[in-house]
Amino acid sequence: MELLSGADMIARFLQDEGVEYIYGYPGGAALHIYDALFRQDKVKHILVRHEQAATHAADGYARASGKPGTVLVTSGPGATNAVTGIATAYMDSIPMVVLCGQVMSHLIGDDAFQETDIIGVTRPIVKHSFSIRHPSEIPEVLKKAYYLASTGRPGPVVVDIPKDMTAPTERYEYVYPKKVKMRSYNPVTRGHTGQIKKAVELMLKAKRPVFYTGGGVVTGRACEGLTDLVKQLGFPITTTLMGIGAFPQSDDQCLGWLGMHGSYESNMAMHHADLVIAIGARFDDRVTNNTSKFCPTAKIVHVDIDPSSVSKTVRADVPIVGPAASVINEMISLVQGKEIAHPEALGEWWQKIDSWRDERRGKLYEPSEPGEALKPQEVIEAVCKITRGEAFVTTDVGQHQMFAAQYYHFDKPNRFITSGGLGTMGFGFPAAMGIKKSYPQDDVVCITGEGSFQMMMQELSTCKQYGIGVKIVNLNNGSLGMVRQWQDLNYKSRHAHSYMESLPDFQKLIEAYGFTAIKVERHEDLEPALERAFADNNELVFLDIYVDPREHVYPMQVPLGAMRDMLLSKTERT
Amino acid sequence: MRHIISILMENEPGALSRVVGLFAQRNYNIETLNVAPTEDPTLSRLTVTTVGDDRVIEQITKHLNKLIDVVKLVDLTEGNHIERELMMVKVKALGAARDEVKRTADIFRAQIVDVTPSLYTVQITGDAGKLDAFLQAMAPVGILEVARTGVSGIARGDKVLSL
Ligand SMILES: Cc1ncc(C[n+]2csc(CCOP(=O)(O)OP(=O)(O)O)c2C)c(N)n1
Ligand SMILES: [Mg+2]
Repeated sequence: MELLSGADMIARFLQDEGVEYIYGYPGGAALHIYDALFRQDKVKHILVRHEQAATHAADGYARASGKPGTVLVTSGPGATNAVTGIATAYMDSIPMVVLCGQVMSHLIGDDAFQETDIIGVTRPIVKHSFSIRHPSEIPEVLKKAYYLASTGRPGPVVVDIPKDMTAPTERYEYVYPKKVKMRSYNPVTRGHTGQIKKAVELMLKAKRPVFYTGGGVVTGRACEGLTDLVKQLGFPITTTLMGIGAFPQSDDQCLGWLGMHGSYESNMAMHHADLVIAIGARFDDRVTNNTSKFCPTAKIVHVDIDPSSVSKTVRADVPIVGPAASVINEMISLVQGKEIAHPEALGEWWQKIDSWRDERRGKLYEPSEPGEALKPQEVIEAVCKITRGEAFVTTDVGQHQMFAAQYYHFDKPNRFITSGGLGTMGFGFPAAMGIKKSYPQDDVVCITGEGSFQMMMQELSTCKQYGIGVKIVNLNNGSLGMVRQWQDLNYKSRHAHSYMESLPDFQKLIEAYGFTAIKVERHEDLEPALERAFADNNELVFLDIYVDPREHVYPMQVPLGAMRDMLLSKTERT
Repeated sequence: MRHIISILMENEPGALSRVVGLFAQRNYNIETLNVAPTEDPTLSRLTVTTVGDDRVIEQITKHLNKLIDVVKLVDLTEGNHIERELMMVKVKALGAARDEVKRTADIFRAQIVDVTPSLYTVQITGDAGKLDAFLQAMAPVGILEVARTGVSGIARGDKVLSL
């Protein structure tokens, strides 16, 4: 029998759970835990410069690997600084465990120094949370935390740990719990066979079908199955922003992604479809536009592991509650050897889709000429080219995020890493750090804007400490571009606080940390700069790329309209 | 429509606040709420009455089920059920009104559980409608204080809400 203090149990548990990196920041209430981490060398702690960055780094790792990220912060301000990152993970169903120090149990409720009711603060943005009430509970509670975070519909779990629970003087028996059971938590393991049959019948009879798949296919590790199913049926597929890469984008059957800034052909196909097969997607308002005008002629099959997602905003004709992977596999076996009823109708449907594709081909943006400022779209295309479309691409939030999603092409899942649900500026850079730590051989590119980057730029210091060689592509349009775009469209170009009059000299800033920065002001400077930047996989390089500030993101769905109602450029609309 | 949802949940600190927080967070309304431990001390039973169309109620029950602390729940209004609420009311009882209060209490099968020279404390159980009717009847006499427990309920017949 092994006796350990609460703090040592935490360190030991993390080892036994196979956690390699934890991201955190110390403080009084967490110091016993930090001491325990100091006295071992299996779990590596990465010291960030702001707790929000710790959550985004752990989140980035989780999105890239599919495994839960781990965060350690102190009580009070440490914990509240983590809140934005917890909410970000919650909105995108990302598995994460956040260990928070807390004041000693006997002080709780007294407004003690650095006391915050973090369980209360985070209640609406966690999958679940725990407070440790006795050191001996630690192994089981932590096991439950990882189990909850990573099963069913994943999400962040907060564990609040009063300082006395980790006191070095009190020791209790430690056994790593291999399994946990919770009577109140039994995520579904398969879908209803009758419903799946019904869905497949509709699929085989459909004349204008389209797959609409989301992040649930990625977190549910169902991408291969999905690809098989879609290939077998020969149907078009569009994904959500969160589902990018679940089906290879270079494949002709992929229409790109859909929604507010989704591709013209995706939104048109959705609007005209007679069957929408939604898998692991949640009919978010940034996808559906006005739900009362959504897909007026389509029957809807909706597969999701979370019953509360089904028929939440759009009624499903065939609801299926179950994990994407097993439902898709059942669908594959039902489809196998069967013919679709209307191959000629599907052929016509593809003709229609191809005509939509042709309509917009070559009209998406106007490339720059030598001597001119670059267009943001062509920068992304060049980044895609130099990384062969294989990099991990993280983004912040704004126009650059949408351009990254539109112009980088992903053939693999878990590669496009973006805050879709919460839209958190500041996410991209720390998320890239978290990925690079665990995937040192890969290119990790953070595509950001000068507004977003300034929200988390203190992390340059973390990169310096640990030698984290991410590439930062700053699409510098000198303004909060996306805000400005809305102001152009809805407020007669009254640019209330959407531009920044005092941008730093990014080059000097980056150099102050000992890194290389390259300023790119004209069309012809881009290629050499990219070649220099990507020459060494382990070197952090910052590209400060001045892009045309007048550029808008198109297509853009017209507010309150249907899927097909889009602005296509500053002068065209559907 | 009004629904009565009964929930068995872990008797853990914080469980109640998750349920109540869910209603606030998702903009659902709570008309009444009551909660107490069951014969199994690890479980509490919470009963909530809420109003919403079928779609809203479906979302409420799904989201409640998703809470990790919720073990089981039933929408009692989906089947035959018994609904009860307990109320205590202090009413003025002076002069002629004193007899009037007593008579009305008898009609409603309410009991007078405390008296002073100037007021009666009346206890009454029933469904929410009966309690409302009693309050209406007492209004002219003068209601001084009302304490209601909120609705509790149980299914009729063999159906049992347990683990
Ligand atoms: C933390 C946070 N605050 C505010 C916003 C609202 N917002 C969305 S996009 C945007 C502008 C982002 O500017 P920048 O990073 O320069 O990107 P650009 O749109 O110019 O490419 C803002 C302020 C947000 N998404 N996140
Ligand atoms: Mg900008």
